Amino acid sequence: MVERSRAGARDIGPSTRPLRLALRLGASTVLGLALAGCTLRVLDPAGPVAESQRTILLNALAIMLCIVVPTMAATLAFVWWFRPGNARARRLPHWSFSGRIEVVTWSVPLMTIVFLGGLAWIGSHDLDPAKPLPGERKPLEVQVVSLDWKWLFLYPEQKVASLNELVLPVGTPVRFRLTSASVWDAFFVPQLGSMIYTMNGMATQLHLKADREGSFLGLSTHLSGDGFADMHFQTRAVSEAAFAAWLQGAQGSARVLDDAAYKALTRQSLKDPPATYRLADEGLFDRIVGQVLPPGPGPETGRPDPSVTPTSPSRQGI
Amino acid sequence: MFGKLTLDAIPLGQPIPLAAGGLVGLCLLGVLGWIVLKGHLPYLWREWITSVDHKRVGVMYTILALVMLLRGFTDAMMMRSQQALAYDAPGYLPPEHYNQVFSAHGTIMIFFVAMPFLIGLMNFVLPLQLGVRDVAFPTLNSVSFWLTCSGALLVNLSLVVGEFQRTGWLPYPPLSGITYSPGVGVDYWLWALSISGIGTLMTGINFVTTILKMRAPGMTYLRMPMFCWTSLAASLLIVAAFPILTAVSGMLILDRYLGFQFFTDTNGGNSMLFMSLIWAWGHPEVYILILPAFGVFSEVVSTFSGKPLFGYRSMVMATMAICLLAFMVWLHHFFTMGAGADVNGVFGVMSMIIAVPTGVKVFNWLFTMYGGTVRMSAAMLWSVGFMLTFVVGGMTGVLLAIPPVDFVLHNSTFLVAHFHNVIIGGVLFGAFAGYTYWFPKAFGFRLHEGWGKASFWFWQIGFWLAFGPLYVTGLDGMTRRLQHYTVAEWRPWLLVALLGALTILAGIACQIVQLVVSIRGREALRDTTGDPWDGRSLEWSTASPPPAFNFAVLPDIHGEEPYWTVKARIHDRHRLPDTPRYAAIEMPRNSPTGFVCAFFATLIGFALIWHIWWMAIAGLVGAYATFVVFAWRDRTEDEIPAARVAEIDAENRRVRGEALDAMETAA
Repeated sequence: MVERSRAGARDIGPSTRPLRLALRLGASTVLGLALAGCTLRVLDPAGPVAESQRTILLNALAIMLCIVVPTMAATLAFVWWFRPGNARARRLPHWSFSGRIEVVTWSVPLMTIVFLGGLAWIGSHDLDPAKPLPGERKPLEVQVVSLDWKWLFLYPEQKVASLNELVLPVGTPVRFRLTSASVWDAFFVPQLGSMIYTMNGMATQLHLKADREGSFLGLSTHLSGDGFADMHFQTRAVSEAAFAAWLQGAQGSARVLDDAAYKALTRQSLKDPPATYRLADEGLFDRIVGQVLPPGPGPETGRPDPSVTPTSPSRQGI
Repeated sequence: MFGKLTLDAIPLGQPIPLAAGGLVGLCLLGVLGWIVLKGHLPYLWREWITSVDHKRVGVMYTILALVMLLRGFTDAMMMRSQQALAYDAPGYLPPEHYNQVFSAHGTIMIFFVAMPFLIGLMNFVLPLQLGVRDVAFPTLNSVSFWLTCSGALLVNLSLVVGEFQRTGWLPYPPLSGITYSPGVGVDYWLWALSISGIGTLMTGINFVTTILKMRAPGMTYLRMPMFCWTSLAASLLIVAAFPILTAVSGMLILDRYLGFQFFTDTNGGNSMLFMSLIWAWGHPEVYILILPAFGVFSEVVSTFSGKPLFGYRSMVMATMAICLLAFMVWLHHFFTMGAGADVNGVFGVMSMIIAVPTGVKVFNWLFTMYGGTVRMSAAMLWSVGFMLTFVVGGMTGVLLAIPPVDFVLHNSTFLVAHFHNVIIGGVLFGAFAGYTYWFPKAFGFRLHEGWGKASFWFWQIGFWLAFGPLYVTGLDGMTRRLQHYTVAEWRPWLLVALLGALTILAGIACQIVQLVVSIRGREALRDTTGDPWDGRSLEWSTASPPPAFNFAVLPDIHGEEPYWTVKARIHDRHRLPDTPRYAAIEMPRNSPTGFVCAFFATLIGFALIWHIWWMAIAGLVGAYATFVVFAWRDRTEDEIPAARVAEIDAENRRVRGEALDAMETAA
C-alpha cells in the first residue's frame, strides 16, 4: 500500500473509468463556467502533487454537487409548491414521520461520506508530505528557513544559499526540510502543491516536484507578524542546464552565509531583494533546528519602547 | 503607580483609532447623558441592570450582540476596503493596525456577537419553552451576562488605550509570546476572554441544570421542543470545552507574565501544544454556535409550515451525535503541521462524519415543509436562505476535511469564505430568524416585515458577493490576513468582495430602520394574542411580553407540541380551559451582584493588562467583598400574591377568548 505509485493517487475515486471521466467532466464544466476562463493557481498545477490534489478536489466537489444541487432545488420547489395560495398542493398538516424517508435521509449522507472518507483516507496516505515521490532520479535536498520576514533556502549538497528566491530543476523530485528561525510560518507554492508549517526547534518534511518550467508564486500562509504580507517569493522551475548555471553563479557569489551573516538575517526586515550566498557550513540547518543558533530577537523598536506599542518596522524605516 | 500605562498608550498620532474611539465615546456619553437627564437611570437600574429575570437578561445579551455586531462589521469594512486598495500599494491601514483590525473582528464576532446573540435567545426562550419560571440560578445568570460585558468592554477599550492583539483572533505562540508580542495587545485578549469565558461557562452550567432539572410537569426529554435539545447540546459543549479555553489562556498568561515555558519552543515548551489545546476548545465552539441556530430553524420551519417537525427523534439523535462528534475532530485545524498520514486520515474521516447528522437535519427541515402551508414571513425567509446557503458551506467544509485538499487550501481565503459561509449563513441567519420570531414575545409587538425582508435580501446577496470571490481567490492561492499584495489577478475579486460588504451594510441599515420603524409603529404591529405566528410550543401560551413569572400556573404537558395540543382542544370544545386556582408565586429578588462583580472584574483585568498591581489587588478585594455580601443575604425571593397573579392571567385569558371568538365567527 505504501509502495503505491503516484498514479495510484490519481486512481482514487470510483473504480470505473467512464464514471470517473463523467465526474471529472462534470466538475470541470461547472468550475469552468464559474471561473470563466481565468486560471487559478490551485487548479493550474505545475507538478504531480498539485495535480493529484486538484483531481481529488474536483472529484469530491462533483460528488457532493450531485446531492447539494438537488437539495437546493427541492428546497425552492417545496417553498414554491406549498405556498399558501396553491390549491393543487396536497396538505398533510399532521405528517411528521416516515420510516422509509428516514432511512433515505440517513443513508444518503452516510454513503456519500463513506465514499469521500475513503478518498480522504487514501489521499492522506498517498499525498503525505513526508512521503518521497517515486522516480529514479535522486532527489534534490533543499532546506527552508523562515525568518522575520524573508525566506532562506539552503542547498547543502551544493553549498549554496538563496534568499527570497527558490530555484528548482524541472523533473527532479525535491526533498524539503523546513524550520523557522522565528515564529510560525507556512511554506506554500500553490502550483506545486502541499503547504507545510515551519516551526522553530522543529523540522517538517515535504516532497514536491516541478513538471514544467515557469515562475510560480510562493508565499507564507501563516500569519507571522507585521511583515507577513511581504513573506512571498518567486519559485523558478528551470531546466537542468539553467539550474547548473545558477548553482555555479551562486557558488561564485561574493557573499558568504556564515554565522554572522545568518545572525544579521534573523533580525526583522522587510522586502529584502533576492540574493545568493556561498554556504559556509552545510550543517547550518541542523544547528538552527537544534537551537544551537538562537531564534530571531523579534521587535527591537517601539513607541516609546517595544513593551508598549511597537509600530511596524516599515514605519520605523528598518 | 500606573505600571506600563503612560500617555503614550493613547494613539494620539493615529487618527483612525482615535477618531473611532472618540466617536464611540461621544455616543456612549450622549446615551448616558440622555438617560440621566431624562431620569431613566433609577428605572434602568431597578428593572434591567440588577434584574435576574431570564427574559431581561436574554434581551440584554441580544442588545450587546447587536451593538458589537456594528463594531465587528466596522472592522470588516476596514479590512475589505484595505484589501481593495492595497494592490501593490500600502493602502490606508499600516500592518500594525490592520493586524489588530482582523484580530478584533474575529474575536468580537465570535465571542461578543455570535455567542451573546445565541445565549440571549436561549436565555429568553428556554424557560418559556420548558414551562418554568426562570433558569436554575438566576443571579448567576446575571453575573454571567455582566462578565461577558466586562470582556467586551476590555476589548473595546484597547481601541483607545494601548492596542489590541495583532496575532489573528487566536493568539498562536510563539507570535503571541512575550518576545514577539511585547505589547499589551495579547494581554487584552487573554484577560477579556478569561473573564467573559468564565461567564460563558457559568451560563453553560446554568442551562444544563435548567434543562435537566427544571422542566414543567409532564415534559419528558422526548417532549422537549427541538430548540431545548439543541440548547442542551450546546450547553453541554460549553461545560466541557470552555474550561479548556480558560486553562490555555491561563497557561499563556503564565508564559507571558511569569516566564513559564508552556508554549515557548525553548526549555521544553512546545507551541504546537497551544494549537492542539485551543482547537480542542475551538472546534466544539463551532458547534456551540451552530446547534442553537439549528434549534431556531427547527422551530421556525415547523411553525411557518404549520406542521410538526419531521423526524423529531431523528433530529434529537442527530443533535446529540453532533454534540459527541464535535470533540473528535479538532486536529483538522492543523493537517498542515506534518502530523502524518494516519492521524490526518482519521481526523479527516471523523470530520466528514459530522456531515451525516447535519445532512439529516437539512433533509428533515425539507420534509417538514413538505405537505405544509409555507408562509414566507421574514423569519421563514432567513430560514430558507439558511438552507440554501448552509449546504454550500457544508460542502466546502467537507472539501477542506480531505487532508490533501486542505494541504492546498488551508489558511487560504477559500477557508475564510467557508467559515463565513457557515457562520453567516448558519449562525447569524439563525440568530436573525430567532430575533424576528421571538421579538413579539419579548416586547409585545412584531418587527416590521417589509424592512425585515429587505434586510434579508441585502444580507443574502451581499453574502454571496462578499464571499463568492474569496472562494475564487483562495483557489488562486491567496492566503488570509494579507495587509497588501502584488498579485494582479486577485484585485477584481477583492473589489467585488468590497461591493458585497457594502451590500451587507445596506442589510444592516435596513435592520436599524426596521427597529426604529417597528418601535414607532408599535401600536399597528401589536401582538394582542400572545401567539402571533400560530405557534406550537409553550412560549406562545403566555402573554406578550410574558409576566415576570412566565406562567400563572405551571402547565401540565401532554405530547410533543404542548401548546398546539392545548389549542386543538380549545377549538374542539369551543371554549378556554377552566380558570385555574391561583397561588402566590415566589420570584427571585433583583440583585446588583452581577453588575458589581463585573465592575471589579473589569478593574482587575485592566490592572493586570497594564501591570498596575495595587489596582488588581483592590479589584480582587472588592470582588471578594461582593461575594461575601451576596452569600450573607437574608432575603432571596419576593412574593407575588395570588390575587395579582389572577389579575394578570385574567387579561391573558381575555385576549385569548376574544381571539377564539373572532376565529369562530370567521369560521
